[in-house]
Amino acid sequence: MHDIAAQAANFIQLDTATILYLFAVGFVGGLVSGFIGSGGAFVLTPAMMSLGVPGLVAVASNMCHKFPKALIGSIKRAKYGQVDVKLGVIIGVSAEAGVLYGAHIQEKIKAAYGDAGSNLYVSVAFVVILAIVGGFVMWDAWKTYKSGDTNAEEKKSPLAVWVQSINIPGTMVYFKSMDAKISILFTLPLGFATGMLAATIAVGGFIGVPSMIYVMGVPSMMASATELVIAFVMGLGGSFKYAMHGLVDIRLAMIILAGSLFGIQLGAMGTTYVKPYMIKVVMGSIMTIVLFSRALMVPVYMSQLGLIATIEDGTMKMMKDVSFGIMIFALALGAFIVLRAMYVGKQEEKRAIAQEGLIHG
Amino acid sequence: MGSSHGPRKKPFVQAVLWGAVSVAMYYMLLTNQEMLNGTFARGGLYALLPIVTAFAFSIVHGSFTGHFWTVFGVEASKKKKEAK
Repeated sequence: MHDIAAQAANFIQLDTATILYLFAVGFVGGLVSGFIGSGGAFVLTPAMMSLGVPGLVAVASNMCHKFPKALIGSIKRAKYGQVDVKLGVIIGVSAEAGVLYGAHIQEKIKAAYGDAGSNLYVSVAFVVILAIVGGFVMWDAWKTYKSGDTNAEEKKSPLAVWVQSINIPGTMVYFKSMDAKISILFTLPLGFATGMLAATIAVGGFIGVPSMIYVMGVPSMMASATELVIAFVMGLGGSFKYAMHGLVDIRLAMIILAGSLFGIQLGAMGTTYVKPYMIKVVMGSIMTIVLFSRALMVPVYMSQLGLIATIEDGTMKMMKDVSFGIMIFALALGAFIVLRAMYVGKQEEKRAIAQEGLIHG
Repeated sequence: MGSSHGPRKKPFVQAVLWGAVSVAMYYMLLTNQEMLNGTFARGGLYALLPIVTAFAFSIVHGSFTGHFWTVFGVEASKKKKEAK
């Protein structure tokens, strides 16, 4: 960890434009998180860094806004019966261990290959994981849409059926979200992987939610809501760890929280208007678009490491700007889909109520 | 008060009260930046300060934002509240 005094001195000056910018990004990030259980961090951390915030302070401050946001989001979604607290806490705690291990690997890579090496590792991990998991989520959502039966109850994947059929005495725990018992020996490594990914690419939910859906057989509505409990547990532990090193800029965290709490309420309410496969649509879309953003940065870091020919400074800056622009587009698109789905759902509900009134009136 | 069959009363007073407390807290945050930066980033057990602050903001501002949307008529679907 960096020197505490040096970090505190590095806390940026805040002006009105900066405050409004963080509030707005926080709002959109919160909106998406309320809906799919995660998201926002991949834009918030670079957004803070673009304002001159040191990387570690940006990560720490993002985490310190994440856990209170996830707390409010999970309470809201629990009211709709979508949260499995037991599953969230169990995965959250094992994810915390994954975060520590992931951070340890990051430090080793940084020590061996420097900043560019560490960035290259993060970007390649991002691209590979998002291509596989994001591609699968998109394909699954597309399959449901094409089937024409988007109202049908979600079918458990063959893997989830197998996982739920395995009985390892002494390790079985009942989870209401699956309405089944599964061995804790499955949940622990999945939580660990979620945490490791969170420490590496800052968005653990991109693996947490799909693993709950496809490996454990949790319905997507409940998986995305339970992810908020995981984010709370992980965020709380992570924030404390960073705060012990004096890395949290409470002003940044609370300003982002100001916007994100408006957003997360809206996103959580949005889930009550949509069909479950919309969770996969939003998540898959964001994941696949963000993939391109990170892929664009791979040659930049490879060039910095001397693995390919040097890229000119002007071109490099352009690639970084385009990459950041794509990430903002991914988040904005996610927010647009959520708001549109909510609007359409509300109109349909109004029509249904009016029709009911006509029949009974 | 409306009848039990009428539309639910909007939580206007709650929204204003929680909003006022939230604004006061943000005002204090932004007018005491130097003190906060110095104290909250000391590390060690001072780590509890940002954690407790985050909880306090989430309760106050979270209550405000919840009531805020209700006042503006933005609410969860009445038909599909339990959407598994």
